[in-house]
Amino acid sequence: MLVLDIVSSILLFAGVFFGLTGAVGLFRFPDFFTRVHAASITDSIAVILIISGLLLQTAFDLNTAKLLFILLFLMITSPTASHALAKSARHGGLLTLGESKQQKQQMQQKEAGQ
Amino acid sequence: MAVLIDLVLLAMLAITALRVIFLKDLFAVVMLFGIYSLLSALIFINLDAVDVAFTEAAVGAGISTVLMLSTLALTGRTEKESRRSSVLPLLVVVATGAALIYGTLDMPPFGAADNPIHQHVAPRYIEESPKEVGMPNMVTSVLASYRGFDTFGETVVVFAAAIGVLSLLGVARRREEDGAPDSGLKESDLKESGFKGHKVLRVVAKLIIPLTILFALYVQFHGDFGPGGGFQAGVIVAAAFILYALVFSLSHALRVVSPKFLQVLASLGVLLYASVGIYSMLKGGNFLDYNKLAADPLAGQHYGIIIIELGVGITVFAVMLNIFYAFASQVERSNIK
Amino acid sequence: MTAVFSAVCIAILVVMALALARAMKAPTVYDRILGVNMFGTKTVLFIAVIGYLMGRPEFLDIAIVYALINFIGMVAVLRYFEYTAPTE
Repeated sequence: MLVLDIVSSILLFAGVFFGLTGAVGLFRFPDFFTRVHAASITDSIAVILIISGLLLQTAFDLNTAKLLFILLFLMITSPTASHALAKSARHGGLLTLGESKQQKQQMQQKEAGQ
Repeated sequence: MAVLIDLVLLAMLAITALRVIFLKDLFAVVMLFGIYSLLSALIFINLDAVDVAFTEAAVGAGISTVLMLSTLALTGRTEKESRRSSVLPLLVVVATGAALIYGTLDMPPFGAADNPIHQHVAPRYIEESPKEVGMPNMVTSVLASYRGFDTFGETVVVFAAAIGVLSLLGVARRREEDGAPDSGLKESDLKESGFKGHKVLRVVAKLIIPLTILFALYVQFHGDFGPGGGFQAGVIVAAAFILYALVFSLSHALRVVSPKFLQVLASLGVLLYASVGIYSMLKGGNFLDYNKLAADPLAGQHYGIIIIELGVGITVFAVMLNIFYAFASQVERSNIK
Repeated sequence: MTAVFSAVCIAILVVMALALARAMKAPTVYDRILGVNMFGTKTVLFIAVIGYLMGRPEFLDIAIVYALINFIGMVAVLRYFEYTAPTE
């Protein structure tokens, strides 16, 4: 089954690539809300690709059902957790990069005017 | 390959532990403790100890984090600066650690084939367990059958922990006893259930909770064939109900599963375990001798193990949920004031 | 196939180390939570792949439990923030 091996290797490596870029994005993005984007989007796509790669390696038995269950569960809960986190941060008063720059400009104008 | 993974995981574990020591922000410490639990569970998986990893994941990363966060909501978030010098404690710890490491130099090398433990103990159980108990998962057969007394003691200890926490903290009474239901309680309801605006979270939680309970039942009864068993299943069901109490409010959860019911359940679990032992005594064997439970000894072992695992699962579920109620109602009390 | 699984394992470990670094040194407290969440999801994938590497698919049960625990831990953290405003 060499074709199956090659296809699943491609899927696994693609998933790992997205995971790595997401982790790098956690450090390089300037603002918290953009970092949430990096983490959650790459997380979801990495999960889909890696589990599909593993699915191609299993015989059709209980393990397939477990892998599909993991996939379904992560697809439902991981975006929800990121959404709840971003909403919580917004309610906590965190400002986006544009808004905090605006705030700084307004403070500077006030101080220059006084 | 396994050695490399072990080294990387242990290095991350050490770095996390060092960071935890020097952080003063207790919330970050709780987060890092969650990561610490996950890492140690991964190390257990690498060492092929699957049941232990299961329990470590469920209890350490899940329940402990939730309980520590409830405590943090009551106390402050930063650790007080300590003004005493810590040179003397450091010297004591280093001396003790050095003595312990010196003591292990005498032991046989890790995993060598001619260790004493591999000569008699391990081969005896590996060969005799299929004939005497007949179950694929030998951890369960040792835990539940060969060492049934110890597991009984552990269940009673968990029960005693519940008694201790409940006698110290106690659980808040249900709101409906204070007045007519839903009359004038809207303000306090809004204060408690801060998740009223999170519609997505509420819908997803309603989907996830039944799936979780179903999976916990699978873990409970599959413990004979794969990793799992009573402890893990009880913790997972408790985690499902804790999710319900977190997303919807605590008073809803108190109405669904009341603390009195949980206390009765916890006692029932321990009684179930003990009654298996007494039944086997009535049948003419020793206490917890499963061979006497049915006509065929192997079938008797199966029955015995399933029933006591059920007892353990029920007790652990009731105790964990009760302890969470006790902690969380403290937070509610201080918030409503 | 074993070589592919080993390489994937090492790569996921690298991602986990990066998420851990983010959880340890974070500008805001929400970044720490983000790091822990990513760590948890990658742990689930790591267990699944290492189960296939070592030829023991029973590890998938543990992966399911981790996914559950990760979600419940996140919800507990966010509930904590509903009670107490962050000081940063």
